[in-house]
This record gives sequence, structure tokens and C-alpha cells, in this order.
Amino acid sequence: MKLTLRIWRQDGQNGSGRLVDYKMDDVSPDSSFLEMLDLLNEDLIESGDEPIAFDHDCREGICGMCSLTINGIPHGPERMTTACQLHMRHFSDGETITVEPWRAKPFPVLQDLVVDRSPMDAIQQAGGFISVRTGSAPDGNAIPISKEIADYAMDAAACIGCGACVAACKNASAMLFTAAKSSQLNSLPQGKAEKDRRVLSMVASMDEAGFGNCTNYGECQAVCPKGISLDFIAQMNREYAVASVKQIFGRA
Amino acid sequence: MSLLASSLGKKYVMALSGLVLSIFVLGHMVGNLQVFGDPYLINAYGYKLQHLPYGLLWVVRLFLLACVVAHIWAAITLKIQNKKARPQDYEAKATVQASLASRTMIMSGLIILAFLIFHLLHYTVRAVPGHQYNHAIIANDGTEYPAEVPLVLHGKTKVDAYGDPLIVHNVHDMMIAGFSYPLISLFYIIGVYLLCMHLSHGVSSMFQSLGLRNEKWRYRLDKIAMVYGWVTFLGYASIPLGIWFGIVNASV
Ligand code: HEM
Ligand code: FES
Repeated sequence: MKLTLRIWRQDGQNGSGRLVDYKMDDVSPDSSFLEMLDLLNEDLIESGDEPIAFDHDCREGICGMCSLTINGIPHGPERMTTACQLHMRHFSDGETITVEPWRAKPFPVLQDLVVDRSPMDAIQQAGGFISVRTGSAPDGNAIPISKEIADYAMDAAACIGCGACVAACKNASAMLFTAAKSSQLNSLPQGKAEKDRRVLSMVASMDEAGFGNCTNYGECQAVCPKGISLDFIAQMNREYAVASVKQIFGRA
Repeated sequence: MSLLASSLGKKYVMALSGLVLSIFVLGHMVGNLQVFGDPYLINAYGYKLQHLPYGLLWVVRLFLLACVVAHIWAAITLKIQNKKARPQDYEAKATVQASLASRTMIMSGLIILAFLIFHLLHYTVRAVPGHQYNHAIIANDGTEYPAEVPLVLHGKTKVDAYGDPLIVHNVHDMMIAGFSYPLISLFYIIGVYLLCMHLSHGVSSMFQSLGLRNEKWRYRLDKIAMVYGWVTFLGYASIPLGIWFGIVNASV
């Protein structure tokens, strides 16, 4: 395949960035998007240029490191697919492909296509845990959980924290991520005790980082490689309302 | 209050005020459709509203005004935050599934506001120059209707407590004269079109914002909102059109 790639190049957090065109003549349709970038980087290194920086780790669609906005869509055109699992056969010969980093104020670009996603860690640290006494591992089935609830919590837990929801949202809102993380624990008996506190502090952390607000576009769910549903956002909206009212009466 | 400072709190304000206004929009439409019946209907309706006990008219008016103010305050505050959350936009822009209505809420909203102000000046305050309807009601073709008429049903005149004929504001002919101007009618039709487009997203969105929506109901509510939007649009637009095509005729 012949391709023209327009890739965001930016030297450091304070450098000014721009799209740079690269031509590739012989891309295998069976290569993945990241393998294609590896080949381009080899060429760049060979000709003495700076390779393109991009995040990646597992390349199996499970770690959430890869973070490319491809033709305006985080993780590219395939549904339920991370950029690392995207193959070049989904593009056409001769196509021009624009690759940009996640765009959001809380995600500053560090280099080329790499952004700093630590505000998502801060949200997780604000309430994405349960407080238990550590010691020997508890018996696996000590707390019975219905299959329905277990499946539901597992659907939320499927979130790999890649940030595509933020990148896709026209308001750069982190609602889908925050909702998945809070709903996962709030739905389980182990998480119930800290339910109110969890949702209040995770939303506070989300707001503090400067993410935008949800206007129910649904773009986040559409690009989420794990198919996290807007249901979790509804659940968080509901739980936050209840927790806020309880807080007013000092009972959160 | 911390609830109003949070992003979710402002969405609750938006959704609750939007809910009140949406119900008002439907009720107001049903009330206005009485213009298609005997002139007695809408004139008596207008008289009843004007003479509600305990100053209820003003209670309702001030409540609706408070909802409009709260709604706009939340809309603008959230919009500014959303803009700030993505200082640098993508070069390649894409929309995966967000509807046109959802992407133009602030624009449709601001135009509705302009329309609302005109509408109140036109028919409620009656202060639009040349369209005052307080002493005489003058249509586009020069026809003059009395501003006040007795309430007559089936040839019988309604009387007040003293046995005198009940004289009421001639709402029926005021609407006919008002919509006899093509530009005014056009502005109304465009205004209600945008309002109903706003609501085709808003009526479903408010359930999500309040956490009262799930995967099953999301699709149903999206359809209900779409139907709501079209029904209210056709209902409102039918009034200027009915007058324009002579289906509704002057009472005197
Ligand atoms: C009669 C007038 C109006 C009605 C009935 C109405 C109704 C609604 C409803 C039901 C919602 C959904 C609330 C939610 O998503 O939680 C909404 C959202 C919204 N409205 Fe209005 N509205 C009106 C006027 C306005 C005005 C004057 C503005 C202008 C600033 C405005 C701007 C917005 C915006 C920006 C949203 C948020 C969009 C979103 O969250 O998706 N609206 N409106
Ligand atoms: S590299 Fe791990 S999910 Fe893509």
C-alpha cells in the first residue's frame, strides 16, 4: 500500500507543533498501525531524523497505552479496537492518514504523539479503591455476588484507562472513564461502604483537572475500545446526586 | 454551595430547568391550539389565565423566568469550561455519532432566547412598535379588530357577577393579526423549529443528566425526544400556517 501520513510533530511540552507529511510506498495491509509507524521510524532513524514518539506497550489491546487520534477518531475507524489492534487493511491504497495526539487541556503533549495522562491516575487515586485491612487473602467466595452484578461490574472493569473517551468528546470530558471506575466498585458489596465518598471525590478530582462537561453526545462510547456504556455515566450522575444530598445533611 | 460548583451539579440545574420548560412548551402548545376552535375557546382561556386566583399567574411567570435564567446560567458556564478543556482542536475533525441537534445546543439555545424575548414583547407585553394590540388590533391588510370583545358561546353572551356582559381581551384575533405579517410568521416558524430541535436532544439528554436512563431506555428516550420535537414543532407551526392559509378566521 502507498500511504501519505500527516503526523503531529512537537518537540517537548513547550515546543510548537505542526503536522508533517511522510510518504510510505510499501506498507503491508497485514501490518498493524503501530508496526507501520515502527517501519516509518526505522526509515527516519536511518536517514538521521528524530523518530516519532508514540505511546505503546502490550500491543494486545489490554494495557491502554496506545493513544493515537487517526483521522480525527481516537484509535481510528474500527469500533471496539485499540490503535495497536488496528490493521492497515482498513485503509485504502493511496490514502492520506492524519495522526494526532489526544487533545485535552489536562493531557499536555509531551513529545509528538505522547501525552501526559496522569490526571486520570489522580481520579483513580481519589476514590478508585476500597479500604480493607490487608492480611491473608480472603476466601474467594466469602461474599456472594450475583452473576448479574458480577457481569455488570466486569463490564465497567473492562476500561483500560486509555483516555480515548476524553479525546473523542467534543468537550474533552472524562465522564466515561470516571463513571466506569466509580461504578465498578460502587456496584459491588466490597465497594458499597465508601460509595458516596468515592463518587464525590472522583468527580471533584475530575473537575479539578479541568476536563469538560458531559453533554450526552455519546462520542465516548462510540470510540471506546472496550465498549464501556453510557449507562455508567447515568449511574454516576444518579449516585452523585444522592451523595450530594446526603452530604448536605452530613451523611455522605 | 459545592453542588452548584461541580460540573454534575450544573447539569442537574440544566436538566431540571429544562424539564420544567419542556413541560411548559407542551402545555403552551395545547393551549394555543385552541385557536383552531371557536374564538370563545382561546379568549376564555386567556381570560382565565389572566384571572387566576392568588396571583398564581405571576407565581408561574416568575418561576418560569427563574428556570430560564438558571438554564442559561448553567449552559453558558458549562460551555465556557468545555471550550477551555480543549484549547487546541484536532486538524482532522470527525464526528462518529453525535447528532446535529446535540452539537448545536448552545446556538439553538441562544436563538431561542432571542425568539423568546421577541415573543414576550409581541404577545405578552404587546410593546412591539406597530403591533401593540391594546386599543385596536390591525392586521397586515389594514383590517381592524376590536382589542376587547364580549365572550360569546353559541350565541349566548357570558356575564359577570353583576349580570353585565363579560368583556375580554381578543386573543383570537390578535393571533390572526399578528401572523398576518409573513416575516413575523416566518420568524416564529424558525424559532419553534430551533426550539424543537433543541428539545429533540434535550428531552432525552435530561434523563441521562439526572441518571434516569439505561441502555434499554436510552434508545427509547431518544425516539421519544425526537417524536416530542416533531409533535411540538408541527403543533406550533400549524398556527401561523393555519392563519396564513385561511383555516383560522377572524371572529368579527
Ligand atoms: C424554552 C426554552 C428552552 C427549553 C424548553 C430548553 C430545554 C432544554 C433541555 C430539556 C435540555 C436538556 C438538559 C440536559 O441535557 O440535562 C437543554 C439543554 C441545553 N440547553 Fe436548553 N432549553 C431552552 C432554552 C435554552 C436557552 C435560551 C439556551 C441558551 C443559552 C439553552 C442552552 C442549552 C444548552 C447549551 C444545553 C446543554 C446541551 C446538552 O447538555 O446537551 N437552552 N435545554
Ligand atoms: S498498546 Fe496496549 S492497548 Fe494498545
